[in-house]
Amino acid sequence: MTRFHEYLSEHFETIFRWFTILCAGTVLLIMAGMFINLAWNARLAIGEFGLGFLWSDAWDPALNEYGAFSSIYGTLVSTLIAMAIAVPMSVVIALFLVELAHPTVSKVVGSAIELLAAIPSIIYGMWGLFVFAPIMAETVQPFLQETLGLEKVPGLGRLFTGAPMGIGMLTAGLILALMILPFISAVMRDVFAMVPPVVKESAYGMGSTTWEVTHKVTLRYGIQGIIGACFLGLGRALGETMAVTFVIGNAHRISPSLYDAGNSIASTLANEFAEASEPIYLHSLIYLGLVLLVMTFFIQLAAQWWVARLKKSMGAGL
Amino acid sequence: MKKADNARRRETLDIAMRVVSGAASLIGIFFLGWILWTVARQGLAAFNIDFFTELPAPPGVEGGGLANAIAGTAIITLLATLMGVPLGLFTGVYLSEFGKSTRFGGMVRFTMNITMGVPSIIVGLFVYTLLVLPFKHFSAYAGAVALAIIMLPVVARTTEDMLNLVPNALRESALAIGMPRWRMIIAILFRAARSGLLTGILLAVARVSGETAPLLFTAMSSPYWMKGLAEPTANLTVTIFNYAMSPFDDWKQLAWGASLFIMATVLGVNILARTLLRERTK
Amino acid sequence: MSDVKLPLYGEMADPTPKISVRGLDFFYGDHQALFSNDIDIAPNRVTAVIGPSGCGKSTHLRVYNRIFELYREQRVKGAVLLNGENIFAPTVKLLDLRRRVGMIFQKPTPFPMSVFENVAYGIRLHYAVSKSELDGRVEEALKGAALWEEVRDLLNRPGTALSGGQQQRLCIARAIAVEPEVLLMDEPTSAIDPIATAKIEELVEGLKGKYTIVIVTHNMQQAARISDFTAFFFKGYIIEFGATKQIFTNPHNKKTEEYITGRFG
Repeated sequence: MTRFHEYLSEHFETIFRWFTILCAGTVLLIMAGMFINLAWNARLAIGEFGLGFLWSDAWDPALNEYGAFSSIYGTLVSTLIAMAIAVPMSVVIALFLVELAHPTVSKVVGSAIELLAAIPSIIYGMWGLFVFAPIMAETVQPFLQETLGLEKVPGLGRLFTGAPMGIGMLTAGLILALMILPFISAVMRDVFAMVPPVVKESAYGMGSTTWEVTHKVTLRYGIQGIIGACFLGLGRALGETMAVTFVIGNAHRISPSLYDAGNSIASTLANEFAEASEPIYLHSLIYLGLVLLVMTFFIQLAAQWWVARLKKSMGAGL
Repeated sequence: MKKADNARRRETLDIAMRVVSGAASLIGIFFLGWILWTVARQGLAAFNIDFFTELPAPPGVEGGGLANAIAGTAIITLLATLMGVPLGLFTGVYLSEFGKSTRFGGMVRFTMNITMGVPSIIVGLFVYTLLVLPFKHFSAYAGAVALAIIMLPVVARTTEDMLNLVPNALRESALAIGMPRWRMIIAILFRAARSGLLTGILLAVARVSGETAPLLFTAMSSPYWMKGLAEPTANLTVTIFNYAMSPFDDWKQLAWGASLFIMATVLGVNILARTLLRERTK
Repeated sequence: MSDVKLPLYGEMADPTPKISVRGLDFFYGDHQALFSNDIDIAPNRVTAVIGPSGCGKSTHLRVYNRIFELYREQRVKGAVLLNGENIFAPTVKLLDLRRRVGMIFQKPTPFPMSVFENVAYGIRLHYAVSKSELDGRVEEALKGAALWEEVRDLLNRPGTALSGGQQQRLCIARAIAVEPEVLLMDEPTSAIDPIATAKIEELVEGLKGKYTIVIVTHNMQQAARISDFTAFFFKGYIIEFGATKQIFTNPHNKKTEEYITGRFG
């Protein structure tokens, strides 16, 4: 053996350990790199618009005026619609899978929902644009406006005004809901299944109905996992690109009506990146990306903090 | 104590919620069926020999396929796997075997969880600033790096979880016969956890192979065969995006074909991964 | 095979049994776990159910509040009469049956909520009470479970933060808060330490004046200490049932004798 080989075999333990540390370190480097790189490459826009970028609703490539407000607004509204639909639906789907359905049915439906979660988002986008949006335009939106008369409800009605075009904030929110639904449901099902049978039995033993056991005991027992699932779903919805880009309409404006076209941060990036010829345009887009990164970063941070806090207050038994 | 006269109300609410939960599940299944059916019907119409062997034709010209995009997606995904899997695997090893309760380990785990929540388009943007801007061209390797960054935390998380499931007695007995730790990890732990690890890797590969957003700014797209890793590279998902948004019907048709192809692959790998895990846990 | 003589309670002031079980068979799918069980449970007494593990003690107990019905492969044949009314009759309201027949499990099962909310849980389900009345009821139940002094300042702490023995008494408080008639205890002390066990045994003695108690235990000293009547189960059959004193001093059946003298089990 050469001296090098000898050295290697003698110290391989340490080398191996340092190798794994190095790999783990890349995670930190990537995270730091994202902030630094995006900030550096947005420097022109940051210098030009400052923090005012966040609440300016200008977006005019011809005049080189850029502001993030309409994109932030669209991101939040589409995410809000998605969460408002997907979270309660996930709870009842998990209830069905764990407590109500026959085991065979539960297995089949459960696998189907897991597969739904695996479908690439661009497929949701395609389907949304070519199949779902026309149905929204021809049937669902007129139905909401006229048959249900939502347009004439004071206050709320403003959400449902305008021409039913199929493409717009409402459709984007619904497609997003459909996309994150299987994802949240799958996690919730696992959370529900983790509640010890004896705790459920003792709730039933008190004379509770299935629904009471679910929402008073199971949901509280699994609150950590459920909040975790919701935050993950929220993170996905905020940053989802393809499913939204196809159907949101990509208009830089803020309209009270959910029927109108809007844009999200991700959809703007996907749509306009290729057109960004001027450096200030490119830097503004990257600034927009930085805003999204900061938003998701704080949401993840909040999620982890929240879970840690719950762990403390609910006791170690959870 | 006064008994509440609420038994009927409680039972009615219970039945109502049962109906609602069954209906919600049906709705979920209904949409899944609808999406699968649409993609299968439209996609199958686009499938022919040309689809798998030819380059795209200009709009209006009959025929043409997406052979270059299929090859591009395969190569980019393979490259991403070669980078992302070892990095993720050994990060997971560090977290479970060396840095379980160290400060650095905690920091890595925390950051890893946050990275998993970063939108894939942001990863694409980051790699654009890292590998595209400085070299002034889009490239297959930039696309692969973006996908690898998405894979890394996923693989690391499953590796950590799977290694944590291996009983400590196994570690101790391997170390007790004088095996060095690195060998114990590779020969004993990896083997004990192999179906779980494989499942995690397969799921991560399936996930990135359907990603579009991170490739938009990195691999971009191209109508030609790729000649090297340092040039814009055709891939299925960005092609779907471009063709679906185009005004040409035959391009839209190709987009549906590409959708079916990518969906079938992703779902196939998913089902494979899950059966693998099920076989093992039986 | 059975040495059960019914009725048993001639010497009691009110000999009407609280629960009468007649010809009870129990099935886990195709597997039969209980065979034509007959037993009368005396009101306001402690009845102990003993026998080797896997003999059907818990299975038998889990029929009384129909909790087994949560699992679709489990079913019964026969009758269980509570105050003379068959609990499987369509007129019996399942939710109210479970209020009347409370259950304590092997492991403490505090719900993931505060001590107060744990006890208030059942009251809120079944009763219409004002806030102040609720406070009183919770206090009363905690006193009834001999836990009030220990937790009166911890009412807003999570139930899971209590010690194992306290958690089990919390579960007893939760059960008695809804004014049940019967308390089923499925090896309630097997998961807690000897000192906490002694407290719970003492508590059971105190509770029997108000409630009919059926306790499954694999600890024969415990059965001898706290019960008035004892049923010995073996392979799904009730082999012997009688006054605890008689069972432990002069068992009629050879199997019973072998079991209580520790020759198997």
